Amino acid sequence: MSGSSLLGATPATVALDASLEAYARRFRDRPGRAKPLSPQLRRLEAESIFIMREVAASFEKPVMLYSIGKDSSVMLHLALKAFWPSPPPFPFLHVDTTWKFSEMIVFRDLIMKKLGLNLLVHVNEEGLRRGINPYASGSGLHTQVMKTESLRQALDAHGFDAAFGGARRDEEKSRAKERIFSFRSQSHGWDPKNQRPELWTLYNTRKAPGESIRVFPISNWTELDIWSYLAEEEIPIVPLYFSAQRPTIERGGQIFMVDDDRTPLAPGEAPQMRGVRFRTLGCYPLTAAVESPAADIDAVIAEMLTATTSERSGRLIDHDESGSMEKKKREGYF
Amino acid sequence: MTSALNARHLASADKGLLRFITCGSVDDGKSTLIGRLLYDTRLIFEDQLASLQMESARRGARGGGIDFSLLLDGLEAEREQGITIDVAYRFFATGRRKFIVADTPGHEQYTRNMATGASTADLAVILIDARKGVLVQTRRHTFINHLLGVPRIVLAVNKMDLVGYSQARFEEIVADYMAMAAGLGFKSVTPIPLSALEGENVIAPSALMPWWTGESLLGFLEEVEVEDARLASAMRFPVQWVNRPHLDFRGFSGTLASGALAPGDPVVVARSGKTSKIRAVVTADGDLDRAEAGDAVTLVLEHEIDISRGDILCAPSARPTVARQFLSHVLWMHEDELQPGRPYLLKMGAQSVQAVVSAVRHRLDINTLSPAPAETLELNGMGLCEITTLQPVAFDRYRDNRETGAFILIDRFSHQTVAAGMVEASLQKATHVYSQAMDVSKPARSVLKGHKPAVLWFTGLSGAGKSTIASLVERRLSLMGAHTYSLDGDNMRQGLNKDLGFSDADRVENIRRIGEVARLFVDAGLIVTASFISPFRAERDMVRSLLEPGEFIEIFVDTPLSVAEQRDPKGLYRRARAGEIGNFTGISSPYEPPVDPEIRLLAGEGDPAAHAATVVEYLRIAGVLARAEDAPLEFSI
Ligand SMILES: Nc1nc2c(ncn2[C@@H]2O[C@H](COP(=O)(O)OP(=O)(O)OP(=O)(O)O)[C@@H](O)[C@H]2O)c(=O)[nH]1
Ligand SMILES: [Mg+2]
Repeated sequence: MSGSSLLGATPATVALDASLEAYARRFRDRPGRAKPLSPQLRRLEAESIFIMREVAASFEKPVMLYSIGKDSSVMLHLALKAFWPSPPPFPFLHVDTTWKFSEMIVFRDLIMKKLGLNLLVHVNEEGLRRGINPYASGSGLHTQVMKTESLRQALDAHGFDAAFGGARRDEEKSRAKERIFSFRSQSHGWDPKNQRPELWTLYNTRKAPGESIRVFPISNWTELDIWSYLAEEEIPIVPLYFSAQRPTIERGGQIFMVDDDRTPLAPGEAPQMRGVRFRTLGCYPLTAAVESPAADIDAVIAEMLTATTSERSGRLIDHDESGSMEKKKREGYF
Repeated sequence: MTSALNARHLASADKGLLRFITCGSVDDGKSTLIGRLLYDTRLIFEDQLASLQMESARRGARGGGIDFSLLLDGLEAEREQGITIDVAYRFFATGRRKFIVADTPGHEQYTRNMATGASTADLAVILIDARKGVLVQTRRHTFINHLLGVPRIVLAVNKMDLVGYSQARFEEIVADYMAMAAGLGFKSVTPIPLSALEGENVIAPSALMPWWTGESLLGFLEEVEVEDARLASAMRFPVQWVNRPHLDFRGFSGTLASGALAPGDPVVVARSGKTSKIRAVVTADGDLDRAEAGDAVTLVLEHEIDISRGDILCAPSARPTVARQFLSHVLWMHEDELQPGRPYLLKMGAQSVQAVVSAVRHRLDINTLSPAPAETLELNGMGLCEITTLQPVAFDRYRDNRETGAFILIDRFSHQTVAAGMVEASLQKATHVYSQAMDVSKPARSVLKGHKPAVLWFTGLSGAGKSTIASLVERRLSLMGAHTYSLDGDNMRQGLNKDLGFSDADRVENIRRIGEVARLFVDAGLIVTASFISPFRAERDMVRSLLEPGEFIEIFVDTPLSVAEQRDPKGLYRRARAGEIGNFTGISSPYEPPVDPEIRLLAGEGDPAAHAATVVEYLRIAGVLARAEDAPLEFSI
C-alpha cells in the first residue's frame, strides 16, 4: 500500500487508506465495470463530461472547486473519467474556512495524494487575523469572509478564468435559475436579471480579461441522482455521511457535532453520544446532523426516499432570510 | 411527504425522461401550474412548504392560500414583480417517468430566456388564459417552438375556474389555436383544459369538467412518446478536445452527436476530407464495442491525421455539408439590433468562426406569422438570414440534425450571446470538401467586413475642414457596421513619424510612410480615412500607386485660402504671416490642387455634415459599401 495515513493508524484510517488506494487503482488499471450504469445516470454523466471537456478546451486557466462533500466527490470522479487517460487538465481548489470537520481534511489530503492530483488550499488569513469565526461572528459574517471573500481572493490570486462548482439546480430556488456557464463580473458578482441565453449545448465561453465564468457541470443532477451514482460507481465519500456514534450537542432544536474543543459548552454541559450522520457537509458549527441508523449507502438512499425535509434544511447559512442564496451569489458566492 | 411519493420516486422510469417547458403569455399561470404539479406530486419538502406559506402570506396571496408560483420564481426581482424573468429548471419523477421541466417567462422582454428553455425540450406546454384566448405571445412562443423544432405541443387552456369550466369557451380557444398552428408541422398538438390554481385536471381528471373525456395534464405527460431523433440520424462525432497524455496515446474526445459508431468503422474528417478508421472507443470504464448518440467517449484512429477541436468525424458515405454560406432562421436576442455586415463570432458545435449576416431575407411578422421585408432584426425578432463565415464550417440542416445544425452568434466586443440560428439550407451549389486550410486573404477579410477596403484621402489647406468632415464620415460608416480607422497628423507624427520634421524631404517621407500604413489597413479590410494637407500631387499619386484601382479615393476639401485663413482654428496662419512658421502651405509653400479628384467638396461653405453625406453617398454608389454577397466569394484555397 502506498502512502501512509495522516493520523495514527486507527482501524478507521487504515480502512479509509485501503478504500482510497483501491479507488485510485481503478484509474490506473481500468478493470472495466461489472454492470452497466443505469440509463438515467449515464445520460447525466455524459452531459457533465461534455461540459468539463468544453471548459478544458475553451479556457486558459480553469480550476475545479473541491469542497470534500458528496457533490464534489461526484465532480472529481467525473473529471477523472472525462479526460482519461489524461489526468484532469486543471488543479483543484479547496477554500478552507478552518472550521471543517477534521475527518473531511483527512479525507481530502489522502484522496488527492492517492490520485496524484494538484490540490490548492486557500485560507483567508486576514479573516483569521480579524478573529472571524462562526460562533462569535455569526454564520452570515463567517460565510461572507471565510467563504465568499476567501474564494474571490483565491481566484484572483491564481488568475483562474473558469471555476467548476458542484451546485445543483434542485438545491435551492435561485440555483434553479442559474445557467450552467454562469458569467461573473470582475468583482465576481452574478447578475441574475441579465444572464446570457444558453441554448442547446452551445455554451458561450467568451469574456473580457478579468471576468470569469463559474461552471456547474452537475446542474441537472438531483440529490437522489448523486446518491445513486455514488452507489453504482462505488465512489468513496467522507464517512461522516454514514451513521456512527458521535459526540453531539443540541442548539436551537438541531443537533451539532462537537468536532474539536472549539465548541463553546454551557457550564456543566457535556457532549452526548448519538447515532448521527450528515446530509451535507460544511463547517461543523453550521451543519446540523440528523439522527439516523443508516450506516451504509443503501440505508442512506432508503432514508432519503422517505425524508420530509430538504437537504439544505441542515445548513444554517441558508436560513438567514429568504433570497439569501441569491444575495450571496450576487456577492460572489458559488 | 408520504410514502406514496416514494414508491413513485423509486419506480423505474420506464418511459424514459421527458424534458418539457411551460410557455405562453405573461400571467397565464405557467409558474403556478408547475408549482401545483410539484406540490400535488408531493415533491415539496416540509421546510420548503413552511417557507412557501410564510412567503405567500407576506405577499398577500389570494384568500390566505398558497401562491404556487413562488416555488418557481426564485429570484428576488421576480417575487417583487410577480413575474418570471428567467427560466427555472425543476426535476420530478412519477411512477412512470422522470421529468425535467423548464418554467419560462411569458413577458416579451425575456423571450430569449424562453428560447433557452425551448432549445432542449421534447414538448412544450403552451398555456392560455381562458378569459383572454390566443394572444400575441401565444403566437410568438408557438412559432419559437416550431423554429427550434420542439416536436409536440400541449395546449393547456388554464384558469377554467374563471370561465365557469365552460366547454364552449374551451372549444372556441382550441379552434382559434389550431387554425394558427396548423401549418407549423408539429407532431401533435394536444389541448387540455385545466385550472392550475385549483388543481383541476392537473394530476387527475376533474369532477368540475365532466364533459372532458381526455386525460389530465400529468396523465398525458406520463404517457406521451418521446423519440430520440439523434439515434436515427447519420453519425456525427464533433471533436471537443484532443486527448494526448503522452506520446503513445492520441485520442479525440467528444460526445457522439448522432448515429452510432464502432471500432473498425471508416471515418472521414468533414472539413479536410482526410480518412481513417476507428481503432478503439475508449472510456475510463474500458473500451467499448459500440457507442451511440449521447455517449461521451474518446476515439483512437488507425492513422495519424490532422484533427483538432471543431472537426466533425462522419461516415464517408453520409457527410455533412461543408460551406461558407448558408441560409438560416435567426432569433435575435439582444437589445442592439442585428447589423448586417458586422462580424460576429459564430459557435456551432465545437466550431468557432467569424461570420457576418450578409443579408436579412425577411423577418417574421408575428401577427400574421408571414414573412415581411426587413433590413435588420430587432430584439426578439425572427427572420431568415444569409450567413457568411470566414472559414468553411461543417453542418447539417437543423431539421435533419438539431446537434449539428444549430449555432449561436456572439458579439465580439461585449461577448454577449446575441442570436440563435437554425440552418435551413446551404447557399453553395456543391458540397465541397475543402482540402486545405484557406489563406486568409484580402478578399476573405473584405467578405467578413461586409464592405470593400478603401482609403479616403482628404487633402486641402490647413483649416479647410478635412478632419472635421473625415470624422463625421467615420462616424456614419461605423454606425453602418463598417470597420474604419483614421490616420491624421496627431497619430502619425507622434509615433511612427516622430523623427520627421517639416523639410520638403521629410514631408515626402511622412506621406510615404502614411501611404504604407494605409496600405496595410486596406489589406486588413478596413476603410481608412487619412486627413493630411499633402500639398504635392506627386506624393498623393505615389500613395494611389500603392493601392489597387478603386481603393484610393481622393477627396479634395476645397476651401479658399481666404476662408481657411479667416477660420485659422489653431492660429497657425497668423504665426505664418508673422514669419514664426516657415514652409507653411498656402503662405510660404505651394498647394497643388488635385487635377481629377474622386470627390471635390466646396467646403468654404455649407454644413460639414452635408459634405460627409456626400462622401458616404459616393462610397455607396462606387460599391465600397456593397454587402459581402456582392464581393467575390470564390477565392483561392
Ligand atoms: N383563477 C385562477 N388564477 C390562476 C390560475 N393559474 C394562475 N392563476 C393566477 O395568475 C397569476 C399569474 O400566475 P403565474 O403562475 O405567475 O403566471 P406565469 O404565466 O408564470 O407568468 P410569467 O411567468 O410572469 O409570464 C397569479 O396570480 C396566479 O395565482 C388558475 O387556474 N385560475
Ligand atoms: Mg412564471
